[in-house]
Amino acid sequence: MSTTEAAADNGVNVQALLDARNALTDAPEAAEFTWRATNEWLRGTHSRTTIQQYSGLGEDHEHKSTFRYEADHPEVFAAEDNAPTPVEFLLVGLSSCLTAGVAAVAQNRGIQLESVKATIEGDMNILGILGADPEVRNGFNNIRVNFEIEADADEDEIAALVAQSQKRSAVFDALTNPTNVTVTVN
Amino acid sequence: MSRVLTEQSVEHVVLERGEVANTWKTERWDSLRLLTPNWLTRLPDLAYDGEDPDGFMTVGELVEFIERYAEHVDAPVQTNTTVTSVSRVADDEYLVETDAGSWRAGFVVLASGAFNRPHVPAVSAALPDAIDQVTPLDYKRPEQLRPGRVLVVGASATGLQLADELLRSGREVTIAVGEHVRMPRTYRGRDIMYWLDQIGRLDERYDEVDDLVRARHVPSPQLVGTPDREDLDLNALTARGATLVGRLGAVQDGKASFSGSLRNVCNLADLKLKRLLNTIDQWAGLEPGPCPEPTRVDDQPRVQIDLAAEGYETVLWATGFRSDYSWLHIPVTDRKGELRHDGGIVRQAPGLYRLGLNFLRRRKSSFIHGAEDDAREIAADLVAQLAAA
Repeated sequence: MSTTEAAADNGVNVQALLDARNALTDAPEAAEFTWRATNEWLRGTHSRTTIQQYSGLGEDHEHKSTFRYEADHPEVFAAEDNAPTPVEFLLVGLSSCLTAGVAAVAQNRGIQLESVKATIEGDMNILGILGADPEVRNGFNNIRVNFEIEADADEDEIAALVAQSQKRSAVFDALTNPTNVTVTVN
Repeated sequence: MSRVLTEQSVEHVVLERGEVANTWKTERWDSLRLLTPNWLTRLPDLAYDGEDPDGFMTVGELVEFIERYAEHVDAPVQTNTTVTSVSRVADDEYLVETDAGSWRAGFVVLASGAFNRPHVPAVSAALPDAIDQVTPLDYKRPEQLRPGRVLVVGASATGLQLADELLRSGREVTIAVGEHVRMPRTYRGRDIMYWLDQIGRLDERYDEVDDLVRARHVPSPQLVGTPDREDLDLNALTARGATLVGRLGAVQDGKASFSGSLRNVCNLADLKLKRLLNTIDQWAGLEPGPCPEPTRVDDQPRVQIDLAAEGYETVLWATGFRSDYSWLHIPVTDRKGELRHDGGIVRQAPGLYRLGLNFLRRRKSSFIHGAEDDAREIAADLVAQLAAA
């Protein structure tokens, strides 16, 4: 290794990820993960989600602490605005997934990041959720993400980081592709 | 392989289910030409010697070339012999059963092709009955399809070539685009294959690439071999009226859903193309050349189409091919049905070899001129095993 050129350090353990990829190719069942959350109604449109446990690599895991997130609707929906709107959590999920991907891909490509900032917007026509127009879908009809990235790389290399991050993103996939959702009542 | 074995005085037989060049005679569409120029069309001891080295062979011309080759090297081909089973009966003996008798051999080389079965995604089962489904093995020419709209699923060489001729036949065509590889036919006045050859890209070895799984599954580049050497990319097709949508994700109640990732897959391909052209420029010591126009994508590509209601009559699956190992009764395939091999050498079954897969030993392995180096190295291993036996 060159002594004059410091290796990029974005705080991502890429070697562990590459090792996992090799290990899991031969043990595909261990690659099956299940993510979990529990949501409880508080009052009105206000609820609280608790996240603690998930499974993968053939066993159950606990997060280091229990995470709680509240959600509500805004005042323009005649609600109390105690917390972000559920659809805004989708923006949280997508932007944080893409940013994590940018860091991991940059690490893998030896690119040192200085700063990464994503701005995300999702457009929605609420005639859908109000049931006022059956032609209008409930969910987002368009999502835009804009990255501002400072790194020791040229414009095309930075564009490639962002493109590769989308290609490997779980949330990008979940939002851009159909997923079967089954809701049951006990 | 036969030629190389003959050079090494290894007694062998070539079993062929039909006639020489059978697949090329029976399983290709009418307008197909090779993606590689004639000057690259060579096999051990016989290269193209015609008058159009920069042209691209039609299937008929390729069949003639292969037939001529079989005679030229006097290959011991036993035609009209379909292999029904290959099994391992002893550590050093394989049993090859055919519809014309069986063979016992210490060594078996599988050269049965990489395009035996069209891969059709599971979502095909959800398509309405009113929609015809066609694969590239069934497809011969546009007139075969009903006149209505066509959804072409897949945007590599096959998908784009067929979409192109369907557009030219006057049909309305929508292309579902996943990850793809964009390439110009020519760059700086030379065929792209010239550059890939010159910069060493085609000779990259399987034991040298960073990510072999990825390298073996790279889709075929968006190229077509035509006399006027035209480019075949998504921009050319949208200019001819094609509509682009994302990867086909699901079909429910006759409505097809497409991924919202169209812009990103196009962006990935554009960036990768730019890197390739930069590599060529650097290799040639030239200033950066003209940058191809980025792929044009609508601001809001459609994510759902009600197929029958909107006049679609055909879905054409250009979603790749798989090898058929249904006759291989040796546990050497992985959970996805692909052969486990180390550059064509099946380590779990000594004496068993494979030729003619994507990136078997080199990036050029799936090209006609790629066969020679692979065959020579595999023959060297085989001869060494034979000598040790």
